[in-house]
Amino acid sequence: MGAHAEEAHHTSTGLNNRKLLFWSFLGSECMFFGSLIATYLVYKGRSQVGPYPHEVFDIPLTSYSAFLLLMSSLTMVLALAAVQHNNRKGSLIWLAATALLGMHFVANQVYEFTDFLHRGLNLQTNLFGSTFYVLTGFHGTHVTVGVIWLWSLFMMALRGKLGADRSLDVEIAGLYWHFVDVVWIAIFTLIYLIQ
Amino acid sequence: MAAPDRGAKWLRLCALLLGLLPLVLLLGCTLEQYPQSAMHPRSDYAIWLQDLLEGLVFWVVLIFVLVEGALIVAVIRFRARPGMPDPKPVHGHTGLEIAWTIAPALILAAVAVPTVATVFKTQSKAPAGALQVEVIGHQWWWEFRYPEYQITTANELHVPVGRTVSVSLATADVIHSFWFPAMGGKRDVVPARTNHMWFTPNSTGEFPGQCAELCGISHANMRMKLFVRTPEEFDAWVVAQRAGPAEPDTLSTEARGKQVFMTAGCVACHTINGVSNGVLGPNLTHVGGRSTIAAALFDNTPHELGKWIADPPARKPGTSMLKLPMSPDQLADLVAYLTSLK
Amino acid sequence: MATTTAPIAAVHEQSYSPSGLWSWITTVDHKRIGVLYGVTAFIFFLIGGLEAVLMRIQLMRPGNEFVSPDFFNQLFTMHGTTMIFLGVMPLSASFFNFVVPLQIGARDVAFPRLNAFSYWVFLLGGIFLNLSFFLGGAPDVGWFGYSNLTSKQYSPGHGVDFWAVGLQILGVASLAAAFNFIVTIINMRAPGMKLMRMPVFTWMTLVTSFLMILAFPVITIALVFLLFDRFTGTNFFMASAGADPVLWQHLFWLFGHPEVYILILPAMGIISEVLPTFSRKPLFGYPVVVYSGIFIGFMGWGVWSHHMFSVGLGPIADSFFALTTMLIAIPTGVKIFNWIATIWGGRIEFKTAMLFAIGFISMFIMGGLSGFMHASPPSDLQQSDTYFIVAHIHYVLFGGSIMGIFAGIYYWFPKITGRYLGEGLGKAHFWLTLVTMNVTFFPMHFVGLLGMPRRVYTYAPNMGFNEMNLMSTVGAFGLAFATLIFVANVLRSRTHGAPAPADPWGAPTLEFAIASPPPVYNFGSLPTVHGLDPLWSKEAKDIIQQVNTVKGHIHMPPSSYWPAVSALGMTMLMSGIVFGWWVGIPGLVLMLVGFYSWSFEPCH
Repeated sequence: MGAHAEEAHHTSTGLNNRKLLFWSFLGSECMFFGSLIATYLVYKGRSQVGPYPHEVFDIPLTSYSAFLLLMSSLTMVLALAAVQHNNRKGSLIWLAATALLGMHFVANQVYEFTDFLHRGLNLQTNLFGSTFYVLTGFHGTHVTVGVIWLWSLFMMALRGKLGADRSLDVEIAGLYWHFVDVVWIAIFTLIYLIQ
Repeated sequence: MAAPDRGAKWLRLCALLLGLLPLVLLLGCTLEQYPQSAMHPRSDYAIWLQDLLEGLVFWVVLIFVLVEGALIVAVIRFRARPGMPDPKPVHGHTGLEIAWTIAPALILAAVAVPTVATVFKTQSKAPAGALQVEVIGHQWWWEFRYPEYQITTANELHVPVGRTVSVSLATADVIHSFWFPAMGGKRDVVPARTNHMWFTPNSTGEFPGQCAELCGISHANMRMKLFVRTPEEFDAWVVAQRAGPAEPDTLSTEARGKQVFMTAGCVACHTINGVSNGVLGPNLTHVGGRSTIAAALFDNTPHELGKWIADPPARKPGTSMLKLPMSPDQLADLVAYLTSLK
Repeated sequence: MATTTAPIAAVHEQSYSPSGLWSWITTVDHKRIGVLYGVTAFIFFLIGGLEAVLMRIQLMRPGNEFVSPDFFNQLFTMHGTTMIFLGVMPLSASFFNFVVPLQIGARDVAFPRLNAFSYWVFLLGGIFLNLSFFLGGAPDVGWFGYSNLTSKQYSPGHGVDFWAVGLQILGVASLAAAFNFIVTIINMRAPGMKLMRMPVFTWMTLVTSFLMILAFPVITIALVFLLFDRFTGTNFFMASAGADPVLWQHLFWLFGHPEVYILILPAMGIISEVLPTFSRKPLFGYPVVVYSGIFIGFMGWGVWSHHMFSVGLGPIADSFFALTTMLIAIPTGVKIFNWIATIWGGRIEFKTAMLFAIGFISMFIMGGLSGFMHASPPSDLQQSDTYFIVAHIHYVLFGGSIMGIFAGIYYWFPKITGRYLGEGLGKAHFWLTLVTMNVTFFPMHFVGLLGMPRRVYTYAPNMGFNEMNLMSTVGAFGLAFATLIFVANVLRSRTHGAPAPADPWGAPTLEFAIASPPPVYNFGSLPTVHGLDPLWSKEAKDIIQQVNTVKGHIHMPPSSYWPAVSALGMTMLMSGIVFGWWVGIPGLVLMLVGFYSWSFEPCH
């Protein structure tokens, strides 16, 4: 990282160093979320007391959340394109849209957690509570970090400092954002849809 | 023949002898010298494991002699000497690579077949008519129950020779591991899980065992003893265990000791059938008949029993057994009572 | 092999500040970071060794009362944790740091500040972990911390918390370093340095780094579950709620088995460099050695439950893992054969580095063979959790990893410092180590098979364990003395060692083309490589001239204190789990300030 103009540092593969670093990081994150999801699946159906998943899951709401994240991936792609074309206005709109969609997703998560808490499901209640909250909590935290990242890119664009020469920064943020989206698809499918 | 080659031959011989030395040493040692040995099988299960071990040791010694030998030969034969020519820059040899990939694979296959066979054989269901024993691990003692005889005892397991013992394994707290090396391999006791193992002892005798999974501060003190008896001795033992506790004569030392037992706090943790119902500690109905106390930590003599009861945490760190307040006389009476519970 | 005479005026001012504590705190130079890692890790290694000696004193006779049972349990827990996470891994990292960029013809790693960050996190994490001794007791649940012994109920003190949080902190350091080396090796090779022309040590660094980035997240999650259970009452390992404590074992060993390859592959890489140099002929079967390393990396994921043969997973699982474990012996054996074939037909010079490399092969054969014996589950049920396993792990980790690392130290010390380590003391160090290592650990094979379990602070006097334990203790003292010889050698050689040229050994790899010690920018001009073993090729003279000629302006990254600040902040944040929010919150602020400033720090 560095505040200087993106130099075309020569690399053995032609891939930018930071991009390669980020892909490695995403590989690591796959193992991170993979372990969390595997634990959820191993403990599925073994809670000794309720509430149980089918009693609390709101599939319509969660589908809507999935839709939000999918849309946000689209807006992220549009944001990157705008930055690559030095389209300041477009950058601002699509970065903000992505961040707002992400914030809406997090708000839905907060709503869902609060609803579950009211129904008597907390971290300590049963295996479902422990595995569900820790898994989706980590995912929500990742989304939140992404939202903060996006708003800081937005601030840079606002000050005219996010031109095509800095498109790699946006591309990497995009990689992160798409990854977080893909993890949600996995969670949505394996935890919510397949009960 | 050049001097280095002859030297290399001698070295190979020495390496061979060195490799065999362990086996030779082992053959010279006995179960009396090494009571907890895993290489002196006294059951069918242990024999199967010993057979596997011997096969493995054969290959290990052979491979060791060949490979270590090749290394030693290379180091001696190709050491730099004045006038030695520059070595040829050899980069590899496909044939060798294939050969020394296939050879180990074959050896492994030779080992894998009896391995898998033994895995399935030793983890099959116990033969019919086996003696059922339930083992429950506690921090830091072993509970043994014989459901078909309604016996509950602790730390000393009695079984008849020649009859299969089918053990179910559970824990009351953390993970422990049940291990009588002379009878075979170990098996963990795990929360929320019941494991099983079985073995058929083939000789009478007394065999020590020990917990083999770190379970807290007194893991080293969680020992046990196995007594393989003749069928007659075992039947007699069962009869004695099923009987109620010895009732002391009135006004005797033992009777005073029973009073101490009932009032000093022991009843909170210990069961003496018909007298008390505590479940946190070992069943003491026939504690006087055991050869050891405190999970085979001390000999069961009045002196050791007295020292143990006087200050359990000092003798077995971390134990839940409390240092109960009592006078030396009360302690002596209590020891007499417990000793009488044969 | 002349030392460079080219001026270093072209180098950026800020990075060329070689002296003083501040220069070390702000360095982003991979060579200095390598030295920091090496010295720090060696100190932790000595601490781990002291823990071992204390245990051996306790065990030298039955019923001994040298240390309390509680402290003994802390000793073996910290000995294992320290040796693995604070000893062997960072010692390997010190070589990754110093050697890899030089071997691939790079001026530094891909992310110099991230590199510094990972060192400071390692140092602070190691200090945090060891603070536990003074703050209520070190962890005492074994380096593998099985649940449910680690639950709040059975381990109410803070030791386990120090352990779990400490490992999380150290995990960040390892991950950061691994990411850096993956990008460096893949992306920053000099022209012509194709992957199959890289030295084996660099290859093993790459495989190890991949293992790290994929294995550490698994233990991160396991520790997250443990910390949640202990601090928030979740049920991840609570059998009463229907959970399975064995889940911990699966997660831990899914990390733990790749971890042991992380511990051995770098040492295997080191000796793959040392053996050819001192045999005066190239490595036999280079592609096979590389591919077997990669193969081991992949297969290492499929064997984890061989650590769980006594748990009762069932005959199918036991058989599966027995077979995969046996399979992984093949590439391991193949490497050993290739090393012997490298020596065979050579002209061997017995410098200390070479002695340690040969010692590695010799001891690793023994450790590998006892490992082969554990691979058979029924037989393993007599071996597991006994001193037989302790013998195995010390033959592969001490006889293997540590001896390999010593080979590396003797080999690269002249390059790092510009002086040779003394050969006289070096040979004494080697022979005493080889002999006392065997005196210490060989009897453990027997005492284990004769029934002595692990992790016991004492044993019954009539089991026949007494003499062998005494022998191991005597050996341990000898091993400690041998190590002190090494320390004396290092201290003396730093100031009185014979000056070393650029190529002290006549070695084939790029790091020996440049001065000893290298200039801060490593290469005056980046070399163009045409094949394996560049300094043994016909282009050697051209390469040496090329790398010692400065061409144009060399921009080196400036020093920075933000990595250290961020590391301190992050450590404080995570240690806040144990110490409280009054440490955690300032840590969070410091970390955010550190990361933010780091991101926007100018490069010039």
